[in-house]
Amino acid sequence: MESVGRLDHNHQLSLNDLPYIVRWEDPRCTRCGRCTAVCPVRAIEPGVFEKRLVESTGPIPLPTTVRKVVSGVRQVTDIRRRCIGCATCRLVCPNDAIRPEFNPANKFNWHINQEGEPYKRGGRRNDPGVSTLDQLKFTRISMLTDPALDAGRHEFRVRTYLGRNLPPEQLPLRVEGDSLVKDGTPFIPPVREIFPIRIGGMSVGALSPHMWEGLAMGVAYLNEVERIPVVMCTGEGGMPPRLLKSPFLKYFILQIASGYFGWDEIIHAVPEMQCDPAAIEIKYGQGAKPGDGGLLMAAKVLKHIARIRGVPEYVDLASPPTHQTKYSIEEAVAKMITSMSMLFGFRVPVYPKISGTKTALAVLNNLARNPFAAALTIDGEDGGTGAAYTVSLDKMGHPIASNLRECYLNLVKIGKQNELPLFAAGGVGKSGNLAANAAALIMLGASGADCGKYIMQAAAGCLGDERNRCNICNTGKCPRGITTQDPKLYRRLDPDKVAERVVDVFVAADKELRKIFAPMGRSTELPIGMSDGLSVADKAVADRLQIAYAC
Amino acid sequence: MCRLAAIISNEYFSPMENILALETMKEGHDGSGLGLILRDLGGEFEDLKEFPVLSAITTEKGFYDLDQFMVSRGFRTKHMWEPELSPNPGPTVERHDRYIVKAFEYPDHIRDKPFEEKAEFLLRTRLEIRAMGERDGGSIRVFSFWPDVVTLKAVGDPLEVGEFFGLDKKPIPARVVFAQGRQNTNYAINLYACHPFFIQGVFTMTNGENTAFVPIREYLTSRGEPGYVGYNSDSEVFAHILHFMRYRLGYPLPYYKDVITPLKDEEMEGRPDADALRLMKRSLRMLTIDGPNCVIGCDRDGTVFMVQDAKKLRPGVVGGVRGRVGLMSEVCGLTAAVPDRDTEKDVFPMKYDFVAVRPGAEEIETWNQLDGSTTTISLA
Repeated sequence: MESVGRLDHNHQLSLNDLPYIVRWEDPRCTRCGRCTAVCPVRAIEPGVFEKRLVESTGPIPLPTTVRKVVSGVRQVTDIRRRCIGCATCRLVCPNDAIRPEFNPANKFNWHINQEGEPYKRGGRRNDPGVSTLDQLKFTRISMLTDPALDAGRHEFRVRTYLGRNLPPEQLPLRVEGDSLVKDGTPFIPPVREIFPIRIGGMSVGALSPHMWEGLAMGVAYLNEVERIPVVMCTGEGGMPPRLLKSPFLKYFILQIASGYFGWDEIIHAVPEMQCDPAAIEIKYGQGAKPGDGGLLMAAKVLKHIARIRGVPEYVDLASPPTHQTKYSIEEAVAKMITSMSMLFGFRVPVYPKISGTKTALAVLNNLARNPFAAALTIDGEDGGTGAAYTVSLDKMGHPIASNLRECYLNLVKIGKQNELPLFAAGGVGKSGNLAANAAALIMLGASGADCGKYIMQAAAGCLGDERNRCNICNTGKCPRGITTQDPKLYRRLDPDKVAERVVDVFVAADKELRKIFAPMGRSTELPIGMSDGLSVADKAVADRLQIAYAC
Repeated sequence: MCRLAAIISNEYFSPMENILALETMKEGHDGSGLGLILRDLGGEFEDLKEFPVLSAITTEKGFYDLDQFMVSRGFRTKHMWEPELSPNPGPTVERHDRYIVKAFEYPDHIRDKPFEEKAEFLLRTRLEIRAMGERDGGSIRVFSFWPDVVTLKAVGDPLEVGEFFGLDKKPIPARVVFAQGRQNTNYAINLYACHPFFIQGVFTMTNGENTAFVPIREYLTSRGEPGYVGYNSDSEVFAHILHFMRYRLGYPLPYYKDVITPLKDEEMEGRPDADALRLMKRSLRMLTIDGPNCVIGCDRDGTVFMVQDAKKLRPGVVGGVRGRVGLMSEVCGLTAAVPDRDTEKDVFPMKYDFVAVRPGAEEIETWNQLDGSTTTISLA
């Protein structure tokens, strides 16, 4: 009988407790060591095993049993070094000898809070279920009474407005003879005509230089060559100074958030700017982690990031949960919108972004009364982030569909649905259906939609998913080189390839949007609020969104 | 698809002429309804032009309720016309108890007020009547209440309806008549869904289907205008858009085209009023249509017009002789209404055209949206 001391492995985990189990096939393994070298979390390491082998060495077969020590790959059971399922090992294995396998019976959530530190990660809500957006279908197909349009041959205008549209009653127009003429030079709020899918805020710092550069190049190409006016938001953290002073600034929405990171650099660059930015986004909340400010872990605050943000190197950069100047929506938000408008001579649309919440209507109604508020972006719970507590990611937030819909219907009630555009974010393209999700949001009342996670997945092969695969953006060890500042890692990412894929994504989305709008007979204007085109096979969802129930 | 027949003339004529024009286009409508609006009335209404005329259909009970209501509001009956209903209506005709066309004297408190005040008062009164009729399940259906305008609507084949109303024997003559033969498609047969649609002196009728209906309806109903109600048909918004841009925003009539089918930004450069167009396009984005629709309308001053959507273009033709012009959805209808015209002068409005005929029907004006120019065809 074994002593108790030999059997008692209490307080240790076995592989069965871990979310991913690495399947290593000894006979196929060439012992090249690439997998252990590339693993971003050191979940596997070279190991030695005692092995029982049957050998026959002489001229006549005479099998004998020997025990030998052989080298191989071993998965560690330390929860902090758990396999994250990224499968980079499989990517580099020359002989397909290794792969991680998801373990649905894992006990990860019970053990990850070691040393009293709750689990922090990147990514988005770990819910692989079908989102409401993916349940919506386009069912008002025109055929006989209203011939469908031809997505390939008819002229389409897939554009939206970012900025406040004056109500027609307030337009400075007067009749002169048989014509309308502009009357005087009153203040007309700035409005940008853009493609209705934007790249949502992802900061320099959260993203690697190659990733950010790739996105920026893709966006510039889309605008200047493809003539698709896609804009992207900088996220909180400023912009590379050279880009701030370049003619490409007009394709970027500068974000200011509670940490004001990067704004020292931006303000100093204003006199030298060749053009205005597309807009200013004031981030009050983020759908992925409502109530939290931005968070850039120390590991990612390298010299160039520290310089752009105006902070010391290697310190955690946690933006406060709220803007420190904020006292009330009525006062502080209005002041901030006015201040940011003044900075650019009231030539740039300024709008807030909030996380999806039951109280969105209160913010909306306040903005509706503020003549300088250019729009409102609502970020739903399926939005992504580079770093947050998992409890915020998984358990906090409001789904975007009903939040957006009730805001739009409220604008309809007060007659300002065209005055104050709504942009919807959070889970757009979660299952890969970027254009369909964006079109559904538009028909629920959004003027446009933002994507972030989708573009990282499509343009740079981000591995993260809703089974908690990878999701280590916060550690700076992104195996794809997307969310890291480590040159060894981000050199894996070719910015030109990223840019190419960004262009692919938007050119394809443009075509898909036409394919959706054409059969519904819409081409001249976006079908904003065309809710009669939508239906869903869930009665409760249909009732809540005030759309048709079809099954 | 609905069939449309509008005639404008410098002489009074019978609405049966429009109905006979519709009859030639019969292949295109299924006889599910007929709507008529008569403007610039002759006959027994010729001397009553300043008095508002109420057009309604009621049950017997609704008839007396309506009478009492009008008295309570201070209206005094000036003249009443009731159709001489055929005792043997055609099989498709759905008969109602009372068809009312009644001219009133204004109540004393409003008689000397400016016309705009009267216009608001007439609208409010019509809406009150409508609400009253809807409350008890349809005892009153009111279509128009306006000086010098009569509306008749009925379910049934247009020709049978015309004969049912006795318009072939005792018509109300008028100088402008709009008629629509309804092809019932998406909606239940409902008299309120029957074109033409009227609000405060303007009216329109449309063929085709309006795919942008829901956002447009939501935008109009959110304008705070009590008259923007109904919408039993997706075409009713065209009348309300016309009313909104003309009498709430004060835009000249041809801008109707710029509101419903705005130019592309690069196309606006050719227009001297490009600055105004750019602002309008953004602010009135929700009223942009995608068709396919041909709209025939009439403004308060009696100018009639035809306009198309910017892409799918429903059929529509304008042509005639000096003093009599037809605006029809099909050429055969136009030929029935104005057979002796010079067909070379027929105008088929295209994507940039706004074709208008002023009272008197002397000429056809085609205003080009692209450059703002007007081409005038003088009729012989």
